Amino acid sequence: MKKKLQNIINKISPYFAIVVILTIWQLLSSTGVVPKYMLPSPIDVVMAFINDFPLLMEHAQATLTEAFLGLTIGTALGFVIAVLMDRFNFFYKSVYPIMVMTQTVPTVAIAPLLVLWLGYGILPKITLIVITTFFPIAVSLLEGFKSADTDAINLLKAMGANRLQCFIHIKLPSALNQFFSGLRISVSYSVVGAVVSEWLGGFTGLGVYMTRVRKSYSFDKMFAVIFFISAISLILMFAVSFLKKASMPWENTKKENY
Amino acid sequence: MNKLTTKNITVFYDGSKVIDDISIELRQGEIVSILGVSGVGKTTLFNVISGLVMPDGGTVELDGKNITGTTGNVSYMLQKDLLLPYKTIIDNVSLPLIIRGEKKSKAKEYTARYFEEFGLSGTENKYPKQLSGGMRQRAALLRTYLFSNQVALLDEPFSALDNITKGNMHQWYLQVMEQIKLSTFLITHDIDEAILLSDRIYIIAGKPGKITEEIVIDERKPRHKDFIVSENFMNYKKHIIKSLE
Repeated sequence: MKKKLQNIINKISPYFAIVVILTIWQLLSSTGVVPKYMLPSPIDVVMAFINDFPLLMEHAQATLTEAFLGLTIGTALGFVIAVLMDRFNFFYKSVYPIMVMTQTVPTVAIAPLLVLWLGYGILPKITLIVITTFFPIAVSLLEGFKSADTDAINLLKAMGANRLQCFIHIKLPSALNQFFSGLRISVSYSVVGAVVSEWLGGFTGLGVYMTRVRKSYSFDKMFAVIFFISAISLILMFAVSFLKKASMPWENTKKENY
Repeated sequence: MNKLTTKNITVFYDGSKVIDDISIELRQGEIVSILGVSGVGKTTLFNVISGLVMPDGGTVELDGKNITGTTGNVSYMLQKDLLLPYKTIIDNVSLPLIIRGEKKSKAKEYTARYFEEFGLSGTENKYPKQLSGGMRQRAALLRTYLFSNQVALLDEPFSALDNITKGNMHQWYLQVMEQIKLSTFLITHDIDEAILLSDRIYIIAGKPGKITEEIVIDERKPRHKDFIVSENFMNYKKHIIKSLE
């Protein structure tokens, strides 16, 4: 009985803090300690979300399309770069420093440039997402390739395997774990990247919606869209975890006794 | 006729000689141990025979054909089982056939026939981490056999196992070998293991490593467990300990 109770407490404790924060927030807002135009109450935010739901969905579709395209291209690019860096040492030595440098430039700083060069369409947005998402993929994959067991590679070579076979049977599967860690990061980057790029111009997307409601001081809608974006990122991260579990069934097996 | 012969193998590593003028031979169906202390160049010799390392002098011949420096002719098994954790046992074991270009479904079908003989029934669709150390070594040996049924090189295959499992594995190994008659070079530093399993033993010693002696274990096969406590066995052991000094 006591154990059961402990179990329930363990399960609900992560939600407990959220409930407390929401309650305090609601109280602060509805008692008028913080004026409503500065901080809308949670209920206002939910109402705003419900009222604007069709519009939000429309914008979300645009943002998700950009994020998906950008992430796909970014992942493909990261994969190619990782393979080349693993295969050719000179490529690794010359490209890796530049790659790290691209990551020190803040996205918000290059986004306006991309708009100047590539216009207000989908192109600058996808470019920005590619720039932010390829890096975690490339780095994690490279690390994964390098972690492959050299003895296993030698064994395959002794069997007469060529480079491609060693890659397919050893390097690629050895890198899966790291790849998914990288993908988890890239997925959330892709959504954030899409929103940031939409701030700077464009006609649809959650970033555009955000700019509009900010300009009209609709803070309830502002909060609604912020939570919505977080929720999308979370859902996508869960999706990656699910994908990882599905593609690495050996991780979920337990040792048996013989 | 000799199945596999090495002639005057010499290997330098970083400017110093690691093994010197090693000429050994393996006849069809024989188990021959290469016994020596660690660091004497046993693994280097195996790397040469398997084709992973090109010797600085000497040749390796399989059925009279020169195979020096070419891989894919003789199979190789290490102390670590090296079963790939992300493949099921049957996928792991079929790997040599798939590397050779066999279709996956065909390779698996062919492989499945050997599971019973190797005492691996029921493990086909398990992952390596679900098996005990002994079972994993069995799977690794089956993979080795499917890679080449000509000659196998086993590099301390049982040394990572506990003593009881090791004893059982020796019995299992002798029994399987009776059936498959795989010509085998076995690296070991375990004197008992060498005497129990081998038809002949080469003793490798010194720096650079050289073959110092060849001992024939004249005991009929299949060998019984009691062989290891017999007087004969003790005499061999005494002799080997003396020559290793």
